[in-house]
Amino acid sequence: MIPGPFSYHRPASLADAVKLLADLGDDARPLAGGHSLVPMMKLRLATPAHLVDLHDVADLKGIRHYGSTIVIGAMTTQHELLVSGEIRQSLPILQEAAALIADPQVRYRGTIGGNVANGDPGNDMPALMMVLGANFRLSGPGGEREVAASEFYQGAYFTALEPGEILTSISIPVPPAGHGYAYEKLKRKVGDYATAAAAVVLTMAGGKVATCAIGLTNLHETPLLATDAANAVIGTSLDAATLKQAAAAAEAIMAPAADTRGPVEYRKHVGGIMVMRALQRAAGRAV
Amino acid sequence: MNDMTPTREQRTAALEGMGCKRKRVEDIRFTQGKGNYVDDVKLPGMLHGDFVRSPHAHARVKAIKADEALKVPGVLAVITAETLKTVNLAWMPTLAGDVQMVLADGKVLFQNQEVAFVVATDRYAADDGINKVEVEYEPLPPLIDPFKAMDHNAPVLREDLADKTTGAHGPRKHHNHIFEWTVGDKDLTDAAFRKAEVTIKEMISYHRTHPSPLETCQCVCSFDKVKGELTIWGTFQAPHVIRTVVSLIAKLPEQKIHVIAPDIGGGFGNKVGAYPGYICAAVASIVTGKPVKWVEDRIENLTATSFARDYHMTTEVAATKEGKVTGLRVHVLADHGAFDACADPSKWPAGFFNIVTGSYDFPTAHLVVDGVYTNKAPGGVAYRCSFRVTEAAYCIERAMDILAQKLGMDPAELRLKNFIKPEQFPYHSALGWEYDSGDYHTAMRKMMETTDYAALRKEQASRRAAFKRGETREIMGLGVSFFTEIVGAGPSKNCDILGIAMFDSCEIRMHPTGAGIARMGTKSQGQGHETTWAQIIATEIGIPADNIQVEEGNTDTAPYGLGTYGSRSTPVAGAAIAMAARKIKAKAQMIAAYKLEVHEDDLEFDIDGFRVKGLPEKFMSMKDICWAAYNSVPPGMEPGLEAVSYYDPPNMTYPFGAYLCVMDIDVDTGVYKVRRFYALDDCGTRINPMIIEGQVHGGLTEAFAIAMGQEIRYDDTGNVVTGSFMDFFMPTAVETPHWETDFTVTPSPHHPIGAKGVGESPNVGGVPAFSNAVNDAFSFLGSTHIQMPHDFWRNWKAAKNLGAVA
Ligand SMILES: Cc1cc2nc3c(=O)[nH]c(=O)nc-3n(C[C@H](O)[C@H](O)[C@H](O)COP(=O)(O)OP(=O)(O)OC[C@H]3O[C@@H](n4cnc5c(N)ncnc54)[C@H](O)[C@@H]3O)c2cc1C
Repeated sequence: MIPGPFSYHRPASLADAVKLLADLGDDARPLAGGHSLVPMMKLRLATPAHLVDLHDVADLKGIRHYGSTIVIGAMTTQHELLVSGEIRQSLPILQEAAALIADPQVRYRGTIGGNVANGDPGNDMPALMMVLGANFRLSGPGGEREVAASEFYQGAYFTALEPGEILTSISIPVPPAGHGYAYEKLKRKVGDYATAAAAVVLTMAGGKVATCAIGLTNLHETPLLATDAANAVIGTSLDAATLKQAAAAAEAIMAPAADTRGPVEYRKHVGGIMVMRALQRAAGRAV
Repeated sequence: MNDMTPTREQRTAALEGMGCKRKRVEDIRFTQGKGNYVDDVKLPGMLHGDFVRSPHAHARVKAIKADEALKVPGVLAVITAETLKTVNLAWMPTLAGDVQMVLADGKVLFQNQEVAFVVATDRYAADDGINKVEVEYEPLPPLIDPFKAMDHNAPVLREDLADKTTGAHGPRKHHNHIFEWTVGDKDLTDAAFRKAEVTIKEMISYHRTHPSPLETCQCVCSFDKVKGELTIWGTFQAPHVIRTVVSLIAKLPEQKIHVIAPDIGGGFGNKVGAYPGYICAAVASIVTGKPVKWVEDRIENLTATSFARDYHMTTEVAATKEGKVTGLRVHVLADHGAFDACADPSKWPAGFFNIVTGSYDFPTAHLVVDGVYTNKAPGGVAYRCSFRVTEAAYCIERAMDILAQKLGMDPAELRLKNFIKPEQFPYHSALGWEYDSGDYHTAMRKMMETTDYAALRKEQASRRAAFKRGETREIMGLGVSFFTEIVGAGPSKNCDILGIAMFDSCEIRMHPTGAGIARMGTKSQGQGHETTWAQIIATEIGIPADNIQVEEGNTDTAPYGLGTYGSRSTPVAGAAIAMAARKIKAKAQMIAAYKLEVHEDDLEFDIDGFRVKGLPEKFMSMKDICWAAYNSVPPGMEPGLEAVSYYDPPNMTYPFGAYLCVMDIDVDTGVYKVRRFYALDDCGTRINPMIIEGQVHGGLTEAFAIAMGQEIRYDDTGNVVTGSFMDFFMPTAVETPHWETDFTVTPSPHHPIGAKGVGESPNVGGVPAFSNAVNDAFSFLGSTHIQMPHDFWRNWKAAKNLGAVA
């Protein structure tokens, strides 16, 4: 558990960071909180020759509200999300999920940018980003571009990030006032990734579900939007039969790996349970 | 007497002796990060060693090429079995009478086995070197399932033993067989089963797990070529044994070996044995003439140094219709991995597993244990338990529940009916032990009253009915466990390690000012010896505990002892401490008599000094006696005040306890909640109630972990799938239940202060309490036994198999 040799760079601006990554090429990796990258380096599963630490790039920090959009800098830590009044007001589901990530020590260092850029199916933020309709702003040698969260994830550790590109910020449309939300995560212990988790954001009208989005974490090699499951609940009052139907529709798209958290059959089954529980809890919160 | 004269209570309190909740003195340095652990040892010019390990569970090693590794800047040497053969150290003896490869010699027999040792100027260079050593393997079929070990076509694992029909513990039946150990009366037991009105039979497995102390195994070896002396700082639970073993295998004179165990960050049995890292670091230091440090990482610790348990116990109980047990028959298949590196007293291949009759009056019993080799890491250490006592307690406590279920009796009632009665002590068990003391009925009834056991059973009945009506998806379980431990190894008549009797020792040296230093053959790894040992001395000789410095772990200064594991420190060294203190006291009495000008017999000990009987004002404090010992001893007496005691215990001690776990399980996810856990422990005389409580909390937390998910699991090809704390369940404060502790006091009749061990009781008694709770929860759905560990998915699987989830 000792990393291989590497050089360490600490640029002070985004332009410098992009240039460094371009100059250093494939052997360089951006370093954010280090709580996914450094463990991989210690196991020598990742052996970057250069680390480009983004901590001194001021432009990558902060949480701002522009009209009906919240923009979160990539280097915002999970801890900063948890203590932000802005996030509590507008995107409370982020706080519910962030509190279920690892432990306080990891959350003080780990960033939202690193969490969504990592591409590990176990990361909790990506499914939320899909449910919230977030866009990722990327900056690279070819300039800037935006990619929707729903288009970003291509496979385990494969994302739309091109070599040399940096994720700079995340824009999230603020869900309507009175929306219901829930993140249900089953894990074995503090510090564990999800055995299965479901994110729900919905609105209710007259006791019936008006809009709904459902996201799934660690139930496939990428995060998933469970569109059929969400459609199944729209217009219903979430009776037992509908919940079962939604769970079944969600289970139909799950393809988790068997691991020490349990066999495939179990992970899919509890994935369905998480969907039902998240729907119920979200509906209970909606006004 | 004026008002300032302290009362007897104040004088007693000032000593902070036995019974006092004295704060742990070692915590001052531990809580400030000022402990001194092996990894804190940094010597000038020190080198670092690290291992190339096998990715295969079973393979032939065709070639090891070190050229590229030796080109890595900082890499100085690559040691292989061939290098070790030049000093005759390619193999080393194990504590269980087997031999073990230090580095792969022709073959590897488990994943992560040590293959080569890279020595470099720093840890990073050593690891870079490891990645450049090329090893050519030819994979062989792995043997993972112990139940297939003795198949006629099973692969030969130990080619070195292929034609040996006898092992360290008698005949071998098969090339993968290690030993067969039998105890008890087979004919009588068979007869009891023939006559039995009711019998049960179940294969009860206690899965492989690992002690996983916070600090991994490590050492620094420094060989002084000029003096020919080897100094080893290491994470050793038994430093003197390590010195003797090193002397025997390295052929170095024992006085030229200095073993120092500094502060240790937990042992739990993991740090009793000798590991390849120690040998390689020592050889590397001898070869390079520089100090060499070896520090294991977490993955190495979990996958290569000693595991615990892996016992598969086919258990049968015979009983009458009324629930009186009449016989016990147990066959154990013991998976020892690639080498038998079990850390048991030498004559006990299955430890004290023959305590398996537990707290019950079995008229007859018969036990057979078969040890086998598999392609897994070696070990079989006592993970916070006396040798194999945890396995035994789990076996009998599950069996009693299964019998209760068959009889339709309450498990607590069944136990009360079969307990050894107070008047039967000292009690001779059917499998050969003499239980020193116990009062099981009182402890059990206290548990049942305090927890309102009857009300809990009523609640369970109504919750079960609600579950059947579909009103809840939660089931409730009550886990009763009543354990008897056997600790304090041990009497020289039946316990030794490599021929050294398992006594322990204490040397006390009082200084003129009424202070002193005490040294023992034991070694604390977190148990708080510096605190409690001083308390024993304080009460025995009337000097405040704060004035006694306790020192352990340096073989140059400490008297020879067998170390700390198996809850032996208080039963054995604790007795030596009391006996050494009594020698001090006897000499002090002679000095006091001389100074007070009376006959010795006219004196009585009174808290902190000697008083002339009938003349209360004629008193000499121990403090003053210490001073006198250095200037005015009676004519003919040697000056000074010190004593040594080597204590060979006449018997083991038999702590016991009654535990109850109340658990709720969500059948849809398998998620459990421990609603309540009550632990009553009887460890005889209580030296420091606060430390006892801490030990119980820690042991219960481990028991909780083991029962509910902690395992070393291998896939079919021999890969360890639980090799880090991501997958090896190590509960945090968040998962850990709240513990309620309680006690009764039944002093040991043969121990000088009546104390028994306690550190391991909660692990021993806790595991069956958790497992019985899970099994009890599911029993109304028709199950008799669900194997551990009871993690979420397995609970769900159990519910599914029983038809409780679709
Ligand atoms: C014990 C433990 C438990 C954990 N449990 C959870 C959990 O339950 N749920 C969860 O979601 N996470 C968990 N994590 C991971 C943690 O949240 C990480 O912090 C997170 O995954 C990565 O964020 P980081 O800032 O640490 O990124 P880093 O580790 O620094 O980087 C991760 C990857 O993203 C790349 N990267 C980082 N920032 C950028 C950027 N701005 N632009 C482009 N690429 C970038 C890096 O090059 C690297 O490849 C756990 C971590 C630990 C150590």
